[in-house]
Amino acid sequence: MSKYKLTVNGTPKTVEVASDTPLLWVLRDHLNLVGTKFGCGIGQCGACTVHIDGQPTRACQTLVSKVGKSQITTIEGLHPHGEHPLQKVWQELDVPQCGYCQAGQIMTAAALLKKNPRPTDEEIDVALAGNLCRCGTYLRIRAGIHRAAEIAGKESA
Amino acid sequence: MSVDKIENTSRRDFLRKSALAGGGLVLGFYFDPANSATKRVAKPSAISETSVFKPNAFIRIDPNGSVTLISKQPEIGQGIKTSLPMIIAEELEVNWKDVVIVQGDLDPIYGSQSAGGSRSTPTNYEEFHRLGATARTMLIQAAAAIWQVPVSELIAHDSAVHHSATGRKLGYGQLVEKAAVLPVPSKESVKLKDSKDYKLLGSRIGGVDNPSVVTGKPLFGIDVKLPGLLYAVYEKAPVFGSKVLSANLDKIKLLPGVRHAFVIEGGTDLKGLLPGVAIVADSTWAAFSARKQLDVVWDEGLAATQSWEGFSAKAKSLSSQSGTDVLRNDGDVKAALKGASKTIETAYSYPFISHASIEPQNCTAWYKDGAIEIWAPTQNPEAGQKIITETLGIPKDKITLHITRSGGGFGRRLIPDYIVEAAAIAQHLKTPVKLTWSREDDLRHDQYRAGGFHFLRGGLDDKGKLIAWHNHFVTFANKVVKDGKSKLEIGSGANLSGDEFPGRWVENCLLEQTPLECNIPMGPWRAPRSNVLAWVFHSFIDELAHAAGRDPLEFRLEILGDKGFIPGTGEQGIPYDVNRMKHVLQHVAEQAEWGKKKLPRGQGQGIAFHFSHRGYIAQVAEVTVSKDGKLKVDRVVVSTDIGAQIVNLSGAENQVQGSVVDGLGALTFQELNIEKGRIVQSNFGDYPMIRIADAPTRVDVHFLKTDNPVTGLGEPALPPLAPAVCNAIFAATGIRVRQLPLLRTDLSWT
Repeated sequence: MSKYKLTVNGTPKTVEVASDTPLLWVLRDHLNLVGTKFGCGIGQCGACTVHIDGQPTRACQTLVSKVGKSQITTIEGLHPHGEHPLQKVWQELDVPQCGYCQAGQIMTAAALLKKNPRPTDEEIDVALAGNLCRCGTYLRIRAGIHRAAEIAGKESA
Repeated sequence: MSVDKIENTSRRDFLRKSALAGGGLVLGFYFDPANSATKRVAKPSAISETSVFKPNAFIRIDPNGSVTLISKQPEIGQGIKTSLPMIIAEELEVNWKDVVIVQGDLDPIYGSQSAGGSRSTPTNYEEFHRLGATARTMLIQAAAAIWQVPVSELIAHDSAVHHSATGRKLGYGQLVEKAAVLPVPSKESVKLKDSKDYKLLGSRIGGVDNPSVVTGKPLFGIDVKLPGLLYAVYEKAPVFGSKVLSANLDKIKLLPGVRHAFVIEGGTDLKGLLPGVAIVADSTWAAFSARKQLDVVWDEGLAATQSWEGFSAKAKSLSSQSGTDVLRNDGDVKAALKGASKTIETAYSYPFISHASIEPQNCTAWYKDGAIEIWAPTQNPEAGQKIITETLGIPKDKITLHITRSGGGFGRRLIPDYIVEAAAIAQHLKTPVKLTWSREDDLRHDQYRAGGFHFLRGGLDDKGKLIAWHNHFVTFANKVVKDGKSKLEIGSGANLSGDEFPGRWVENCLLEQTPLECNIPMGPWRAPRSNVLAWVFHSFIDELAHAAGRDPLEFRLEILGDKGFIPGTGEQGIPYDVNRMKHVLQHVAEQAEWGKKKLPRGQGQGIAFHFSHRGYIAQVAEVTVSKDGKLKVDRVVVSTDIGAQIVNLSGAENQVQGSVVDGLGALTFQELNIEKGRIVQSNFGDYPMIRIADAPTRVDVHFLKTDNPVTGLGEPALPPLAPAVCNAIFAATGIRVRQLPLLRTDLSWT
């Protein structure tokens, strides 16, 4: 067991865990940030996607000992009031079915929009390729990203 | 620190908070350990309810006007937590934005709480109208009493009762005190709204948990936290049901973070508590890590010789023989085939597949002083309670079961194996414990959609009419012990009904089946039976249509014929309204411009229909297959007839689009192999699921409203997808897909 100082959603946190603990379980079990989900544990489903220094990253494949001083952002910290355009649009278009994968979808989509404010369907399909949705909400995810891009475009105009 | 905002309530809590809050709003139930298993809250009879209006177990209105509605059915992504309360709200004439929905715990007062078979809507639809209308009637009566005017002069809307003659109004909150002391009228006496006056039903309402979903609030079973919670894993044998001979528990107990490691003897029921080794630790990761060093010696027995290859060979050897069970035998199939102008004989097969709900199975349990409290992502809370009583001897009245949101169900969470495992571990330890299955556990210990083999013969007369249909279905069964006797039981969702289309339509029809004994657990997978039978039968019908040189739509319409209403005959017999099916079939053809598009080679349309879960659904798929065999589904058009009313248009459309994507995923990718009695695949790396790029570009959904009872939509839109796509592939390429998954067939063409 070792002590690790992390910056999660802008707040410093200290945890004492085994060095091979994935960030996913540090967030869920030790920091009570359960929005980041466990789906496969091998980086195949994307339910555990967080941002590390802005990059979408699989928390289940990220050892706590490798995070260092990087900024970790989870779904709980994507926007201070839960009002990121994607969070608003996901409600407006009623994207979720069971909802379990959606935090990961939104985190991946948020990183995409930051890099590419007006993605095409093909660019969305490539960026979101690592995020499984078992309920099959893919059509609304595509529509939601386009709509969020539109809103963000208007807000910044 | 506890972050356990569990949006649940039991009736007891509901009543307790009613009393304690003195009119305060219950915004959700914060789990309070002081009220857990060991300490029962006050009995309902001890509580004064005068401060709130609570005409039944589902509705509560507080003096401040807030309205709380109970959702009784588990939410697994089908949208029931939003749609059923919408029905009450419609009749109650409340503004949806003022309504708070709370998930009910397992409680007999709510009636059946199982979510399966797309039954939640049809079984509750009428009742929920009456619940809302009863409350509205009483609120109007309360206003009439206060104003001393006849009820006929009053109307309710926007959470208030209005007297238009004088312009007076009283908000529901102001009527609570009076309404609470009125006698509850009989359900039959209250007047329901005319559907033309609906404001909420049929509109697009977002899921009530969406705000929590998009901000990552705790909602799901796996999110449950309790004070002093320990984290468990449970290792079971790769060959189902094998007993533990030995395990290196002494070594495991010394590993970091491990608190306990022990063997659970378990039983032989593949849907029950199977033998295994529990490791309980301070954190999920400590338990997962320790498990990597666990060595168990299993007593595998004969089941370890079973393989998919062996089953396939056995099935093939049965193809020319008669089935052991004859399910339907109309006319004389042998003679009709002999006399037919044209016959086709072929075979279809499909593998075992997993539910793979994205939230792995998990359950939290707390046992103390003979009572147990359970938090479970379940579709079937009653079954969870029952299995705990039967397996662990804890009486029903000592079991409290909280229903959490489920990260997908698809039928998997109807079987409570993971619940009894968590309960058994908790009973052993007498501490709160959360059992989390790994993805590998989930894939290798599912209650699988059974594989199957169909040997088919069809006969056409000289006009190209279907006159003979013979299906020998080789399926799977488990050996089960019931009342001390061992017998072979066909797997759940692995049986054929004698009423299955085109049985009851073709005059010479022989349907028979032969079960193969296996030790693989089987369970209902979204639209059980139908999810593959529709593919087999509508693919073969398509083969027959093309062999007859006829248009596949017209050929199908001829089979359906003018039979009108057909009563059920088989053991699963459900009446079939032929006109409803013809209606959706013709509608989908029009919407898709069936037969009117000139498509180049490599593009095609396919059509199919299926009746299941009381829903009539037809689909047209439009596909493009590249020369190198890559499939793209460009558009799917779906026409549905599920009765007189769509409850939540957004949710309904979501279910249909989801069914299309799910159906396409199962068709294209999903396959489990069995070797030495084990499931070979382990995780999403070797068990691919459909991803966003493979989803159809467009799915058009049409709801045809007909004057029929309102039925459910979690399942019936799935079955027609696979045959519609495969028939479109044939139209595009001339390649007939007869084996699933699709990726086993080379679709390249020149």
